[in-house]
Amino acid sequence: MVSPILELTDINKSFGHVQANKNINLKINKGTIHGIIGENGAGKSTLMSIVFGLYQANSGSIKINGKEINLRSPRDSIINGIGMVHQHFMLVENFTVLENIILGFEGETVFGEKLQKAKEDLEKLCQTYNFNIDLDATISDLSVGFRQRVEILKSLYRGAEILILDEPTGVLTPQEVDELFKILRSLKDEGKTIVLITHKLIEIMDLTSEVSVMRQGEMVGHTKTEDTSKEQLAEMMVGRSVLLRVDKKEIKKGETIFKVNDLSVKDDLDVTRVKDVNLEICSGEILGIAGVTGNGQTELLEALSGIRKVESGSIELFGEKISDQNNFLNPRMLKEKGLAHVPEDRQRMGLISDFKAHENLIFGYHDQEPYSKSAILNNKEISEYSNKVMQEYDVRPNSPNLITSNFSGGNQQKIILSRELNENPKVLLVGQPTRGVDIGAIEFIHQRLIDMRDKGAAILLASVELDEILSLSDRIIVMFDGKIVGEKENKNVTDRELGLLMAGVA
Amino acid sequence: MSNIVVDKSKVPWWVSNIIVPLVNLTLALLVSGLFIFIAGENPIEAVKLIIYGSFGYIQGFAYTLYYTTNFIFTGLAFAVAFHCRLFNIGGEGQAYIGGLGVFLVAINLSFLPIPIVWLLSICGAFLFGAAWAYIPAYLQSKRGSHVVITTIMFNFIASSLMIFLLVDVIRDTNQMAPHTVKLPEEIWLPSFEAFSGILGIKIRYSPLNLTFLLAIASLFFVWFLVWKTKWGYEMRAVGHNTQAAIYAGISPHKNIIIAMCISGGLAGLLGVNEILGVSHKIQAGFPAGYGFTGIAVALMGRNHPIGILPAAFLFGILYQGGSEVTFEMPNITRYMFVAVQGLIILFSGALENLFRPQIESFFVRRLNREVNA
Repeated sequence: MVSPILELTDINKSFGHVQANKNINLKINKGTIHGIIGENGAGKSTLMSIVFGLYQANSGSIKINGKEINLRSPRDSIINGIGMVHQHFMLVENFTVLENIILGFEGETVFGEKLQKAKEDLEKLCQTYNFNIDLDATISDLSVGFRQRVEILKSLYRGAEILILDEPTGVLTPQEVDELFKILRSLKDEGKTIVLITHKLIEIMDLTSEVSVMRQGEMVGHTKTEDTSKEQLAEMMVGRSVLLRVDKKEIKKGETIFKVNDLSVKDDLDVTRVKDVNLEICSGEILGIAGVTGNGQTELLEALSGIRKVESGSIELFGEKISDQNNFLNPRMLKEKGLAHVPEDRQRMGLISDFKAHENLIFGYHDQEPYSKSAILNNKEISEYSNKVMQEYDVRPNSPNLITSNFSGGNQQKIILSRELNENPKVLLVGQPTRGVDIGAIEFIHQRLIDMRDKGAAILLASVELDEILSLSDRIIVMFDGKIVGEKENKNVTDRELGLLMAGVA
Repeated sequence: MSNIVVDKSKVPWWVSNIIVPLVNLTLALLVSGLFIFIAGENPIEAVKLIIYGSFGYIQGFAYTLYYTTNFIFTGLAFAVAFHCRLFNIGGEGQAYIGGLGVFLVAINLSFLPIPIVWLLSICGAFLFGAAWAYIPAYLQSKRGSHVVITTIMFNFIASSLMIFLLVDVIRDTNQMAPHTVKLPEEIWLPSFEAFSGILGIKIRYSPLNLTFLLAIASLFFVWFLVWKTKWGYEMRAVGHNTQAAIYAGISPHKNIIIAMCISGGLAGLLGVNEILGVSHKIQAGFPAGYGFTGIAVALMGRNHPIGILPAAFLFGILYQGGSEVTFEMPNITRYMFVAVQGLIILFSGALENLFRPQIESFFVRRLNREVNA
């Protein structure tokens, strides 16, 4: 039996009330590629950040080569031969490759012979692993794939024996992924140990020899990759937790009121994130979008709500074209047409946390009567409305003059929801309505969405919580890599089926 | 020290808005006193002189209010832009160009009824100042050029432009100094001594004039604009969270431009005080640093008109009382009071959070004890 190069015992880590890691045990053998798989928020990245010394565990021990070590900072980890390539690269854009690699370890190497030697060492490393990098190139001139190689090279140069890669393929093209996998295999052949964090099952099956599955902060299984299948892993990943069933009346489907034709959308980095999406929503229906975060749901919602430009295709509301690549209505005009939007990220978009609650309760509707008349805000109306609506939605504490950041996440979400639902929208776009919301508020929010549906609104619900999608939706589509990869009526659909679609398997 | 975490919702408003600034101000004045002591003068005497100089006799007090007028304009100018999270440090240049606006309107339209000339001149000051702020605003909103950089540059451009105009274009050609002709006397704004004359009190000359009332009106205007209208609401929304503003259909471009133009316009009103009220002509360099001091006034006043009024008054006292001190105390130069201003900026701006956590947690604990008792 080979002794593990890295051994974690009973690792616990919590942030406030949230326990991100619960009693994690993990053994990683030398010279293997070990996959760690789990949904977003399962605690994979937290665990690896503990190993890399970015976070300190609340309890538990870490052994490297059988010796217990104390990792207080990334520097400790680097000394112990651990390297990490983050999802977002840590490179100085206007430095060269060489400068980036010696940065922080320049010590004596900046000048003369030592620098020359560093360069020679690096060139040797590049040759051994077929990196094919020009050490004098400036980072900003390199593609994402090459930048990632620089990160790997940096870790290797610093003596990494264990290399942790956090979602390394998220930003790569398929060709770049192939290249990366070649490099990782050759690293393994040279005796390095690789830990691959991912939520993509294909990568696990392709590359790893062992795999550990995490769910909701717990390690739910370890297995050799050859002994398992995608289906089995997907099942472990998604779990079979009890569904929160919501009382729902039989659907009373009306006519199609919202239609999306061949929609493509690019993100801020000019990457196409939504690819030829077609969908229709009828009044009185909740259409759920399932999918792992980052598969285009965010950009889709932003395009539909008028925040993001449409690249190609069109959006129709009541048969009238509201957006295409040439012209699109801004959010305010869409609101006037009866479209409301509960954004995914309430801190970033839905609210202004420094504003008072009553100011957020009219946000986006502030220029409409009765809240303002000929540009002057009508404080009396606003405060009457705020009192009423905060009572109706049970926002606690019930004080419209409190600064919004002092409310809990659930209550902030209620503020947004009350604002967006108050105008009785015809179309409601909802993103992650219960993220970071306590259980009591979740039920409340779900009930409100169902009420809206029964009143005849067409609702588009994007959520990474499968339970939520399954308990609320009438129809479910699954997005993967910007495309709709499946559509199902929500009858006898299992989370397992959806899990496979979400991972891009089926 | 950084470990003190205060639940902000429990801090009473008067602690963070009155006690903390007062503590910071006191500290700044204590350190200033130390400087005066090192310079070989008695700080207590200096304080007495400041108080006498700025309050002790009616003319001195009039001077204090005259300075206050200028600081209100430039302080408000900074505050309005700041609510949109724009750091407009171009008040100096905007005031300069605003002065040009007053003068051009007043001299060309002086045949109109006097109150109309005043009104149009005020509009001229506002529009010229706004126009000067518009260019950096446009560059910020469309091209992302940071307003801090562009407004500094525009101060220099304004200065050069005005020198050029004052030397080659609008100079009073009967003499060589870089200033214009005087405006006709009948359109000058009534001065303080004219008012006192009506009341039967005779005082010597002071620069205080009717513009003071315009400054007070501007305080109301800004308060109303920022907190009571949808424009102010949108400006604040863009300033606090641009992403959220876009989500709500509020245009960041539009609001950056509106905020900067109003800001520039307010700075431009300084020209009304200086040109229509005091010197009645454009002199080279008349904004004399009021634009920059306005930043300190706004910071000290927490960017709120209710805070800006006392802050502007305080700086007025320092200016007027300070000149009294430099007159009486040979060891204290004018620059000493620049240092005092600097200390106030340091303590109420840069070091603003130095004692805030301690003071707030002190009051939160005390008040909680009272509740529990």
